[in-house]
Amino acid sequence: MKLELRGITKRFGPLVANDRIDLVVEPGQIHALLGENGAGKSTLMNVLFGLYEPDSGQILIDDKPAKIKGPADALEAGIGMVHQHFMLVPVFTVAESVMLGHESTRGAGLLDLDAARRQVRELSARFGFDVEPDAVIEDLPVGVQQRVEIIKAMARDAKVLILDEPTAVLTPQETDELIEIMRQLRAAGTSIVFITHKLREVKAVADVITVIRRGRVVGQADPGAPESELAAMMVGRSVMLQVDKAPAQPGEVALFVRDLVVTDRTGARVVDHVSFDLARGEILAIAGVQGNGQSELAEAILALVPATGSMVLEGRELVGSSVREVLDHGVGFVPEDRSHDGLVGEFTVAENLVLDLFADARFRGGLGMDLAAIKSNAEARIAEFDIRTRGPEQPAERLSGGNQQKVVVAREMSRPLRLFVASQPTRGVDVGSIEFLHRRIVAERDNGTPVLIVSTELDEVSALADRVAVMFRGRIVGIVPGDTPRDVLGLMMAGVPYEEAQRHAAEHPTTETLIEQDPSAAAAAGPEEGEVP
Amino acid sequence: MSTVTATPPAQPLAAPERGVVAPKVSWRVPGITAAAGLLALLAFGVGAPSGAHSRFDLSFRTDAVQLSPLVVPSQVTNIVIGVVCLLIAAFTVAQTVRRRRTPMWLLAGFGLLWVFAFLVWAVAGKQTSLVDLLQGSLLLAVPLAFGAFGGVLCERSGVVNIAIEGQLLVGAFAAAVVASVTHNVYAGLLAAPVAGYLLGLLLALFTVRYAVNQIIVGVVLNVLAVGLTSFLFSAVLKPNSARLNTPPLMQPIAIPLLEKIPVLGPVLFRQTVIVYALYIAVAVLTIGLFRTRWGLRVRAVGEHPEAADTVGIPVNKVRWRNVVMGSATAGFGGAFLTIGYIGQFGQEMSGGRGYIALAAMILGRWTPFGSLGAALLFGFATKLASVLSVVGTPVPSQFMLMLPYVLTVLAVAGFVGRVRGPAADGVPYVKG
Amino acid sequence: MTDELVPDRAAAPPAAPPEPSSEQRASSWLRRVSSGEVLTTVLAFVLALVIGGILIAAVDKKVTAAAGYFFARPGDLLGAAWHSVSGAYAALFRGAVLDYQATTVLKAIRPLTETITTSTPLIIASLAVAVAFRAGLFNIGAQGQVIMGAVVSGYVGFTFHLPPVVAVLVALVVGVLAGAVWGGIAGVLKARTGAHEVIVTIMLNYVASFLLAWLLTTSAFRVHGSQEPKSQTVLTNAQLPLLFGSQYRATWGFVLALVAAAFVWWLMSRSRLGFQFRAVGANPYASRTAGISVARMTAYVMLASGALAGLAGAVQLLGTSKYLTDGIAGTIGFDAITVALLGRSKPGGIVAAGLLYGGLSAGGRFMEVVTGTPIDIVLVLQALVVLFIAAPGLVRTIFRLPAPSADVEGALA
Repeated sequence: MKLELRGITKRFGPLVANDRIDLVVEPGQIHALLGENGAGKSTLMNVLFGLYEPDSGQILIDDKPAKIKGPADALEAGIGMVHQHFMLVPVFTVAESVMLGHESTRGAGLLDLDAARRQVRELSARFGFDVEPDAVIEDLPVGVQQRVEIIKAMARDAKVLILDEPTAVLTPQETDELIEIMRQLRAAGTSIVFITHKLREVKAVADVITVIRRGRVVGQADPGAPESELAAMMVGRSVMLQVDKAPAQPGEVALFVRDLVVTDRTGARVVDHVSFDLARGEILAIAGVQGNGQSELAEAILALVPATGSMVLEGRELVGSSVREVLDHGVGFVPEDRSHDGLVGEFTVAENLVLDLFADARFRGGLGMDLAAIKSNAEARIAEFDIRTRGPEQPAERLSGGNQQKVVVAREMSRPLRLFVASQPTRGVDVGSIEFLHRRIVAERDNGTPVLIVSTELDEVSALADRVAVMFRGRIVGIVPGDTPRDVLGLMMAGVPYEEAQRHAAEHPTTETLIEQDPSAAAAAGPEEGEVP
Repeated sequence: MSTVTATPPAQPLAAPERGVVAPKVSWRVPGITAAAGLLALLAFGVGAPSGAHSRFDLSFRTDAVQLSPLVVPSQVTNIVIGVVCLLIAAFTVAQTVRRRRTPMWLLAGFGLLWVFAFLVWAVAGKQTSLVDLLQGSLLLAVPLAFGAFGGVLCERSGVVNIAIEGQLLVGAFAAAVVASVTHNVYAGLLAAPVAGYLLGLLLALFTVRYAVNQIIVGVVLNVLAVGLTSFLFSAVLKPNSARLNTPPLMQPIAIPLLEKIPVLGPVLFRQTVIVYALYIAVAVLTIGLFRTRWGLRVRAVGEHPEAADTVGIPVNKVRWRNVVMGSATAGFGGAFLTIGYIGQFGQEMSGGRGYIALAAMILGRWTPFGSLGAALLFGFATKLASVLSVVGTPVPSQFMLMLPYVLTVLAVAGFVGRVRGPAADGVPYVKG
Repeated sequence: MTDELVPDRAAAPPAAPPEPSSEQRASSWLRRVSSGEVLTTVLAFVLALVIGGILIAAVDKKVTAAAGYFFARPGDLLGAAWHSVSGAYAALFRGAVLDYQATTVLKAIRPLTETITTSTPLIIASLAVAVAFRAGLFNIGAQGQVIMGAVVSGYVGFTFHLPPVVAVLVALVVGVLAGAVWGGIAGVLKARTGAHEVIVTIMLNYVASFLLAWLLTTSAFRVHGSQEPKSQTVLTNAQLPLLFGSQYRATWGFVLALVAAAFVWWLMSRSRLGFQFRAVGANPYASRTAGISVARMTAYVMLASGALAGLAGAVQLLGTSKYLTDGIAGTIGFDAITVALLGRSKPGGIVAAGLLYGGLSAGGRFMEVVTGTPIDIVLVLQALVVLFIAAPGLVRTIFRLPAPSADVEGALA
């Protein structure tokens, strides 16, 4: 099946998410749609899938115009989609999930679950998946859930399969397996639209690459093109991600973490006897595939989740404290998901800038709050952090992601700190803000503050870290120097100890990973932040 | 580039299993059972007047075959029950120490025994009719159960239905008026769901189409239903009471054979059509929700509307349909208040039953059978209160009447197990 | 290495636009009026009154009689309908604001004082609901809290002989405390166990009314020797003083209501506690990360909300009712929800909405007497107004108005 998009334009209010986009997907082809988060890739695919109605433009299937008013039409036309946030009902079984929407019945509308089970087993066998039809979705690891999504699409005879950022939640190992599945599908004649911002994967599997930037197609590229060229096309200029930073001047150790254990609701240890030291004036990055306990580690420091073990910051035990006490002891904390945990969307910028400081003596006025002081504080922070806003009274939810993040970081840095913790400090943030935020973080280090960064982006880890602690399944696999090659870090993220990882990386320099491992490694990985329509 | 080679793993990674720590032990169940057991033994058993007997009639006076009443010595019976209860409590303690769960049926048995002990104590030296108590409980449960089913239908698709109260009320009103005018109870029975349906249209319009906060709409629709029915009652029904508000009453129809079952037969199978409709509804709903294409789609919409949308299920259409269907079901239940039970329509005669129905739905964990069970429990508590106020007991009837509400509070507070509703319940679905 | 950049869609944020000039502000105000909440609010009232009018006309005997020969003399139907509806609404106005047919000025303004009397507990209870709303909690249980406030302040008021001023203050305070406890139960349960406050407060309403019913059977409450379910009368010292002299029923409770409104304004927009209330209501997760204890705030919010509702009960009892009956709280607690919605949970709006509702109730009673139109039509009007205001989209569809700018939309949604 040949799929063609002609002049697709989609606006959200004043924002043009897709601007006259043309795209042709030939049969049996893996067509990579490359672009940064927010470039408009997902919007385009949601248009194709009938979830959004385009303001103008046309979709052609086998050179005939097709009317796609909703997902039902898309599915009918042979278009399947695996969404970035899986579209699976957590309490359903695999068989129920696969049959949903095109259920086979035994008269009177009674579900024929046996037929669905058979279909799951068949497709599962065809692609070499090991998926149990009666397993409940919420009990399955993310990697397996993704396979359920693929089975779902194939069960409806998808001729074109859209994969939206499919590797965001996978380990390098699982990514390799997914790439193999994509090749199998291509061999069977299925076309694939592969949406990603990860160059290495594109180069590994794509037949054709279309690069999108700010809602427009900026060009086609050959998979053989060097990564730097693709990157430049993607971001619109040659990018220097490396932050100018002087070598760290670590002072005395400020934070001692010993045998820290965090247990989740089911009783599993998500942080498993973690120990490390952090000195003043150094940046320690916690690397790892999402869902290996890094987020919980950061939350445990702020006492958001209960922990056992010991964390001593400048002589004071933090385990067993309240969030308030930890903050008052001088811990600055930038949460992983700023709009969820960092900001109150409907509060003004000024209010958000004092969200954890409202009780501070600076902002007290009589029995209540000193609104003038809060306003002048906001004006100062807005200037200092170059926050693009209409003013202190604008609701924070109206700011762009980068500016929202600046509000959070500005707030956390606006008091004397004994420790600065930032989880995914630049996720979903524009390039300009990334550079700004990275510089501020390094500056904070140079002020002598110990800094802990949690990041799943290896580039960010390499750019910022003086030392890297790699986490896998709740444990620290090893703590290595900041300039450790990414191949080695990648292997460590799959649980391979440092020395062994070095050896493997030396033997197989071009392969991301060769280690077969249980796909449940990435279990419980949370969803990544999506594109804002 | 990164080819995936078939190289076998260098060595199987001895991936450290995530350490599993047993979940916290809860002493709630043993604590509650032990306290209740002690109460049964000391207050109901030792505290019962010695030598007195408790007498329970097992047949209605009108029954052709009269079963001989059950007469038990109050004190001895309750001491025995108290000891049994304490043994069960001891067992739950042992289970908790071994970190095992006590089976649900045992706890249910404990509850039944305890309630029986309470009854024996309350009627010590007196008598009461067990069949009357059971039948009364069932009848009181009918509108609650239909209301709860209405709630289940709405909420399984993700729309909170606080308006059950209003739906019961308009159903009761329509049934009374139509049955009076046509002199036909069955016409009234048909009118009730239509009235519920109309109120449901409003609920759907505001919550599904205009995405207004569902709790607000529900609360306000209840006010509207009270206002409308009271206004029409005062302005139209009262002056023409004979013509408009004197409906015939539904007559019980005995089901051959089944009605002959001792004790339960007359209670369950000598009832009106509405009660039989309840039996059918609970079965149809259960199969419908959990075994059919329709149910699968409804549940998908209530749990994860985006997922339903991406497989081509029209989310808001499903919701719209379920809301009106649920409202009609609750309206149908309202008919019982007038033509099935009381006869005439009276101002605000639903008297908060819609809210109890809501509680029954939650206590029943959004399932038809659970809702029915909870409705029966509430019906029992209410009937017991009135029975005991006749018999005369030391417990004021107001406290008995409070029981369903207190139970519900305890239930939602997790003292009777966790309840988990549909994930997208109460969240409007707005595309794009 | 640039493959894992995650920049933002709005990569180049627009430069901050200049402050709007006063001219622009005025025109934006005009736009808000024409397409925004002011117009839709007015139209919501119009729609409600029209529908109410249709109902009033439809049940009027003369109107139905005229409808019988509609095709012969259509004018009769319209005339009868106009007569019936205008008569009812005129009576409503006369009973709510100004009885322009009264013989003396003092009598003419009596309706206004009645409106004030009726709206006093309503305003306070609505403030209770609003405080919870703004903190993201639904206090459907104001009714129960009003009952508890009335019960306890009543008990203290008719049992203990205390000096003037002290007596009324003590009675008010215990009423406030009783309401706080009753609301606090829901708050603490929500904070500790996650029990949904809507369900818990609904259930506690019933528990409170059964408790009241039982108390009215006890000798501590009943008038000695009486079998009536009615309590003793509050001692004079514990009664709220009258506001406009003995001719009118309005008491200083109304001033208390205004003070309460001012206090709630200060609490929600100026105090640190209110800042935390609002933060927890708008985003509990971010609040938690900012060191605000969501559980504690939930409990505090319900305590505060319950306290206000308890005050409403105390004011109703010590000012207007003076003794307890089963129906002491009337429907104050439920009406409070609609009033809070109508007032958009802002203290100023609530005072206005409370007076409006008080007016409708007082006027409704008058209307029932004068024209025989049942007072229940007022409930219909109230429900319709709130529904239409909550769904401005529907109102615009009905009147074919253009969609407004995004800023104005969905205050209640």
